[in-house]
Parts: sequence; C-alpha cells; structure tokens
Amino acid sequence: MFKSITIGQFLPGESLLHRLDPRAKFIALILFIGTVFVVQTFFGYLLLGIVLFGLLIVSQLPLRYFFRGLRPVFYITLFTLIVHFFMTKGGEIILRFGPLTVESDGVYLGTFMALRIIFLVICTSILTLTTSPIALADGLEYLMRPLTKIGVPSHEIAMMMTIALRFIPTLMEESEKITKAQLARGADFESGNIFRRAKSMVPLLVPLFVSVFRRADDLAIAMEARCYRGGKGRTRLRELLATPLDYFAVLLSALFLIAVAWSQV
Amino acid sequence: MAIISATGLGYQYEGYGEVWALKDINLSINEGEFVAVLGPNGSGKSTLAKQINALLTPTEGEMLLDGLSTADPLNHWRIRQRAGMVFQNPDNQIVATTVEEDVAFGPENLGFPAAEIRKRVDGALSLVGMSAYKLHASHLLSGGQKQRVAIAGVIAMRPLCLVLDEPTALLDPRGRREVMEIISRLNRMEAITVIHITHFMEEALAASRVLVLDQGRIVLDGNPRQVFQQHCELRALGLDVPAVAELVLELRAAGQDLPPDVMTVDELVAKLCS
Repeated sequence: MFKSITIGQFLPGESLLHRLDPRAKFIALILFIGTVFVVQTFFGYLLLGIVLFGLLIVSQLPLRYFFRGLRPVFYITLFTLIVHFFMTKGGEIILRFGPLTVESDGVYLGTFMALRIIFLVICTSILTLTTSPIALADGLEYLMRPLTKIGVPSHEIAMMMTIALRFIPTLMEESEKITKAQLARGADFESGNIFRRAKSMVPLLVPLFVSVFRRADDLAIAMEARCYRGGKGRTRLRELLATPLDYFAVLLSALFLIAVAWSQV
Repeated sequence: MAIISATGLGYQYEGYGEVWALKDINLSINEGEFVAVLGPNGSGKSTLAKQINALLTPTEGEMLLDGLSTADPLNHWRIRQRAGMVFQNPDNQIVATTVEEDVAFGPENLGFPAAEIRKRVDGALSLVGMSAYKLHASHLLSGGQKQRVAIAGVIAMRPLCLVLDEPTALLDPRGRREVMEIISRLNRMEAITVIHITHFMEEALAASRVLVLDQGRIVLDGNPRQVFQQHCELRALGLDVPAVAELVLELRAAGQDLPPDVMTVDELVAKLCS
C-alpha cells in the first residue's frame, strides 16, 4: 500500500539532464515554475509544452513511464476543472443543469488552471527523475547556505532529507512485516467502510511508530559514534562541480522566462 | 602499551536508582589484543562498550583511551575517531543510500579533503571485500554485507581499536561467518585492537582473551582455554561453554584420557586419534 509513493523517484541515466549539476537544475526548475506562472495565453502554454517535450526527449526518460507517473495528478486536475466549470461565473452560458450553469469564463479559467497544474508537475518530475536524491539534497544544502545567516538550518534540512530517503525502503519492508504479523493475529484491513478501515490501521501504525522511534535513537547514537557533529567542518566525498554547461542551462532558462514575460504570450 | 585502561570504573544510569550498571572495573587492554566480552543479558557488556568510545562517561573512576580521558568532553571526538564502534542492528547504523556514501560518512565528519576520503573509502571497502558493491543501494544488501559495510565505515576513520557490540546477533550463520572472518583478519593483518561483545561462545574462541561480565563486574578474565575450563562458573551465570569443550567434559567424566583445554573439533580429532 506504500508502493504508490513515488516522491523522490529517480531513474539513473547518462543523458545531458542527468549530468547537469543539481544546483543548476534546481535554479532552472525555479525559473521554469516562474515561466508557468507568467504565461497568459494558450499559445504560451503550447510554446512551453514544446520546450518541455524537447527536454523530455533530451532526458531520455521513457515517455510511457513518465506519463503514467502523472496519473494521480490527473485526478486533482480534473477536480479543479469541474469546480471551475460550475463555480466561476461570467461570460455566456454554455450548459444548464437545473440550477447549475457552466459559463464560458469558467471553462476558460478552469482549463487554464488545469494546464498550469499539469505543467508544474511535469517540470518538477523532470528534475526528480533525472537527479539522484543525494545530489538533490546536496544541491539544496548549497543553495540554502546563504539562509543560514537568518537562522535556516540548511545542513540539518538536507541531512533530514537524506535520512528520510534512506529509511523509506526500510520502513516499507517493516510495515509489510507488521501487516503480515497482524493479519496472522486475525486483523482485518480490507472490509468495512472508510472509517472502519481507517480504524483498522491503528494496529499497524502503533508498532510502526514505536519502531521508528527506536530506530531514530539507534541511528543518532551510531552517527555520534562516527563523529557526526552537524555541518560544521564537514567535507564531502563528492564535491559539486559547476561546468560552463551548467551556467549555460541556467542562462537559457532565465532567457526563456524573460522572453515569455516580455512578449506576454 | 595499554590502549584501553579503566581504573575503578563505575557507572549508574540516570533514573535507575542505586543500581550500578558497571562497578569496580579495572581493565587494561593492550594494542593488538582481540578481546571477547561475554555475559548474560543486563550484565553491562554494552555499557562497557559505550564507555570505551565516550558515548557514556564514568560516574566514578576513570576510563582512558590511548591516554585520553573520556571524562573530558573536549576529548570525545578524538576518542571516537580512535575507537570505532559497530552496533547490533545493521539497518539502524547505515546513514546513506549507497554503500560508498555510507562508508564516507565518518571521514566526511572528520573534515578530510575529497581525494583523501576517496582513498580511505576505497581502501576500507577492499579490506572488507565489498569493493564490487561500491555503488549499490545499501538497503538491498544482506545482513552480513550490511555489517561489513558498517565495519568499513569505521575502518575508513583509521581507528586504533574496533568495538563491536554484538554485531553478529541478528545475522544468519553465513553472515556471522563473513563478519567473524573480517574481524579476525583486521586484527591479524592491520593490528587493530578488537573488543568483540558476543553471545556466541564459538566466536569467543577466536579471541586472544575472554572477559566475562556479571552484574556490572568482571568475573572471569583470561585466555579462552582458561575461561572455558570454568564450566561451573559459566553455567551459574547461565552461559554455555563451546560445544567441543562440553563434549570433552563429558568424555573426561566417562573416563576418557583427555587434557581439559581442548576447544576445537580439529584438536579433539587429533587427540582422540593419536
């Protein structure tokens, strides 16, 4: 049941996008998100779509796999679309269901918002699918470093991300083990309405939480025994190295954002 | 020269009243020794291990590691670099998602430049025979392999001694054998002092010295042959003797002419067939 979690999924590869510095990719992502928000017309989305499709081809990600991963987002988008259709008023009346009406402004705005969500998810997915979680955490730590001056614990956040990612498979295995143990004791996870089912999760979650805390305690001692004392004075096995290509990628993304904003497409 | 020396060491856990987890420990361990620590549950084995690398500090008395007192917080990082520790549960001590990143964790904390870290990681991985798994995901390894990675992670810090707190307890027989081989080899080839806490009497036979703890005190101390001849004392503590030693005891009781210090199958075969 935890198999459907795809956050941080990474497909190793050798493409140009895989090889870019995580920091460059992260900045580019922020610029692309900016672009998604400044687009004003459907023509602008078409343009953005073509650029993103080009990036997908460059990334050599399997397209079917990529779009299958978007399916959960599709439902959220559909919900947004329907809400906008019925709730946003203005323009001509297109359809009428008793007291409910669908008006042209609603259709326009709904489609626009739905496309915005889809494009945001595509941008982010391209980043997470082409960047290893460790590289992502390292890049994030580096980019957040200026914020340490105002008290943001950038190293700690990156370390937490790394450890969380490290323990996802371990805890998935553990939850499967507990599920089986509770099933053997006659637990029922399948039947009943949604409330009954939520309640039947309690015998799974309580032992899982207990074990998580024990693991956290053990890990903290093990880290301390290996001389961990926070980010101060800590060096890295793999140092981040920005190449001219990385600067070029960031420059291109910035130019694209400016061009879209300027031309008001 | 003594690398670990404890004098009058006592330790009480906070909130457990007047119970001494360790009491009157006087101990001196020399460089290059391979010490096995035995004892029933709650006898203070793990507490002693944590005293050695300053995860716990003495309530009374003194613990010196390489001449550094664990009572001084300023010494802690130097002590932990010198006395590396491997724990029981392999899953709960691996920090990173790939094998080499995890082995690099210690040297990274010590602040070495990237090239030096790379050298140490490769060296440590080849010492434990895990070089081929360098880029593997750490959670996909077997228990024995995970413990070998954990040992490599400690070795990469170039410690003087290795403290292992029941590293084989959760492993299958094959994983146990792998880990024991590595520990013995590190002791022999790299002259690393080993303190190995275990429940398995057969593993204690590989050591050059055996300590038996009970209720926070050292009750037996000697080489394995001396210690495992103390059948009655060991039984009183709820500990076994190695299977062969047990067999020799029975054979001697039945009138067979055997020396009392036969401990391994090969020795027994040689004695019986001579």
